[in-house]
Parts: sequence; structure tokens; C-alpha cells
Amino acid sequence: MTTQPLNRLQIAWRTAQDIQEGMLVNLGLGMPVAVADYIRPEVDVFIQSENGVIGVGPLAAPDRADTDLVDAGSRRVTIRPGASIVDSSWSFAMIRGGHVDVAILGAFEVAANGDLANWDMRLPNKGPLVGGAMDLAACARSVWVIMEHVTRKGAPRLLPSCTLPLTAVRCVKRIYTDLAVIDVTPAGMVVREILAGLSEAELRARTGGPLAFAPDCRPLKTPDIALPD
Amino acid sequence: MPIDKRVASAAKALADVADGATVFISGFGGAGFPNVLIRALRDRGLKDLTLVVNSATHRYSYTHELIEAGLVRKVVCTAARSHSKEPSAFERLWMEGKIELECVPQGTFTERIRAGGAGIPAFFTPVGFGTELTQGKEVRSFEGRDYVLEHAMTADLALVRADTADRYGNLSFRYAQMNFGPVMATAATLAVAEVRAVLDEPMPHEHVQLPGVYVDRVVAVAA
Repeated sequence: MTTQPLNRLQIAWRTAQDIQEGMLVNLGLGMPVAVADYIRPEVDVFIQSENGVIGVGPLAAPDRADTDLVDAGSRRVTIRPGASIVDSSWSFAMIRGGHVDVAILGAFEVAANGDLANWDMRLPNKGPLVGGAMDLAACARSVWVIMEHVTRKGAPRLLPSCTLPLTAVRCVKRIYTDLAVIDVTPAGMVVREILAGLSEAELRARTGGPLAFAPDCRPLKTPDIALPD
Repeated sequence: MPIDKRVASAAKALADVADGATVFISGFGGAGFPNVLIRALRDRGLKDLTLVVNSATHRYSYTHELIEAGLVRKVVCTAARSHSKEPSAFERLWMEGKIELECVPQGTFTERIRAGGAGIPAFFTPVGFGTELTQGKEVRSFEGRDYVLEHAMTADLALVRADTADRYGNLSFRYAQMNFGPVMATAATLAVAEVRAVLDEPMPHEHVQLPGVYVDRVVAVAA
């Protein structure tokens, strides 16, 4: 049996299953913000946005959108009960001080030692954009990465060492891809879940660094979730 | 003379800013851009400005007008990338070597400004260690972790957007308008706030999010 690789919403769904009650969570731009849609309603968490919103709620309906109530991605959002809003210095003191339990970030590359490259693809004719990426990667208590396992051209994104400019060193703890869930441990990358129907050899072939498989490695399963058009 | 920081117009509030000024500009994600003040600064036609602003390219900020008008020598920011395929005004000038860029991680950006207003000349942060944004900076290890030395930033002028003010310069912000505004006001020689409304009465103390001691001039602008 061959299973399709997860789509990006299924990766977001799988990531959301590991969010625990009471966590303070920061979600990076792009795929990570979709994780919020799949946190089970009975799991009470606060989402921190680095522009200072502590307790981001769902996106605002168009007729309720307020240009002053935005997240770090300029999305017009709502706030949840118990939310508060602080200035940028306090927001980043919260991040650097280790008060954010988990930052869920996109990535271009992750190295076997947990080094992260997610801010600069060295695109020609483009200015840099670092935003809060380095602060979150270096200082969140735990950093989870959510990304496609390989590039569009099929090259591995999990590598012995990053080739793109680093965001932070030795920071990634867990990686969610369309093919696997992988922990970064002191002994290297350990596969916790692998897409059903994909062999260990096939996953290794799509991965740049050495992979170990956990003794209790399980199939990676999600519900069907259709991508929007 | 009783304290009264109200000024009749943005132009009057910026009348004494000089060429070569370093200018803090608040705003993040669409909230808190002091766009009336930015335009008034553009109309002054000053030269060789250094802008310290979170994004040099945000589509809702008028910061790009200062850049397009050729008034800016250097930008210190966390983001300098166009939203579209076309390069922004900043990126065009930067690629032509006509404008200088210092790209700073956002938490370091705001902490450097906070330090500038809080009497701290420099500080160590773990952010950016081992990356090209901190190359050449002093590194020290504390309790087994490596930290980078970063220096405080101050400015000649801060342009800040808030919701309401009173005659004493006390400010209150709506939602995420606050962002960099409070620290920028603390670290600038001249702090000017544009607000939706100036209250006739003193602001109730529990509504004050930035004490007026940090704010020199307030201008009411159309919402």
C-alpha cells in the first residue's frame, strides 16, 4: 500500500496534536499559522504573536477586521478571552526569557545537530527579512519545524549541515514533514513516525543526514484534509 | 507655564528636525504606522536621514516615500523585502549601492532601543550567535551558553502612532498599535506622537501606556 505524502494542512494537523494544555505557542508565518486551526478545542493554549499579542484568536471576519488588531504576519485577527497586548520589547523579553513553550517555524533546511536555516534563501535581487525568526529559534523553550521533506527539485532539506545562512544553532527539537515525524536528539535524528507504505530505505534516500528509527516508530496518520483551491 | 505638548500640525511638530537626523519610526504588521508624521518629514526635504524602522518595505507604511524621495542614507531594520515580485524602492537603491542597510533580529532591534532609553550602553543576547548577522561581534559565554554583545541605539527623533493623548503627552494605544512606539519614544531626543484624538481632560492614570515624560509633542490627526 502506498500512501500519499501529507499535504501542508495535514502536516499542520499532525503538529497540532502535540500541543499540550496550557502551552504558550508562537506560530511562524506560512504553514505554521495553520496549526492553530487544528488544536483541539478542549486543549486550552495561548498563541503569542511577536508583535505583542498574547492570545491570538481566529482570523477576523472581513466585516469585523480591524487594522490595529493584527498579528506579526499582518493578518487581521481576533483575540481570545484572557488575551493581553504588550509592546515589542516585552514581547521579545518573553521570547528570550524562555516563556514561550514552543515556537513552530517553517524551514528551508535543518541540520542533524538541530541547526536551522529559515530566513535567507539567498534569492537574487531581494532584500533580507529576518523579523523575529532568530529570537524565536534561539530562545523558545522548544523549537518545532514544519516543512516539506524535500525541495521542489527533490533535494533533501534535512542535511548533515546547513548550506543556507543559519537562523540559530542547535535549536530544533522536532521536525514534522509530509513523510515523517523526526526528533533531533543528542545522538542525531530519530524517526518517531513514518508515512505508511514508505520504507525506511525510501525515507533515508530523501534525507541528507543519518537517520535512526525509534524502537516504537509508528505509522504517520492524519485525517483527509482538502487544500483550498 | 503649565505643561502643554499639543502642537497644531505635523509640519509644526517637525519644524526643527535637521539634515542627518537619525529617526525612529514605529509600526508593525499594519498597526501603529505614523504615516501623517512620515509624510510631514518627507515634505521637510531633509537629507542624509538614517531610519530605524522595523520594515523598510511594509505596504501600509509610508516609510518608502522617504526612501523614494532620496532623503535616506541608511536604514536599520529587521525586514527589507518587497511584498511583490518587483523590488521595493528600498531594494532598488540598496542594490545600486545608494543606501546602506543594517539588518537586525527583531528582538535585538527593540532591545537595543530599549537599552538606549534605559541607560544601558550594551548588553549580551543569545540571539544571532553563530549567524552572519552577528559576524565580528564580541562573544562571551555565560553558564555554558554563548552570547553576542549588542549596543544600544538612540535617535534624534521618534515618530510614533498612538490612539489618544492628553496635554501632558500621556499616550494610550489601540490593540497592536503599541509595538515599537513606547521604546522608541524613550530613546529619542525628540519624541513626536500622532494620535487619533487629544483628550480635553488628563488621561486616567490606568489608561496611560506610555507616560508623557517620554513624549515631547502630540498632534491630533484624522483617524
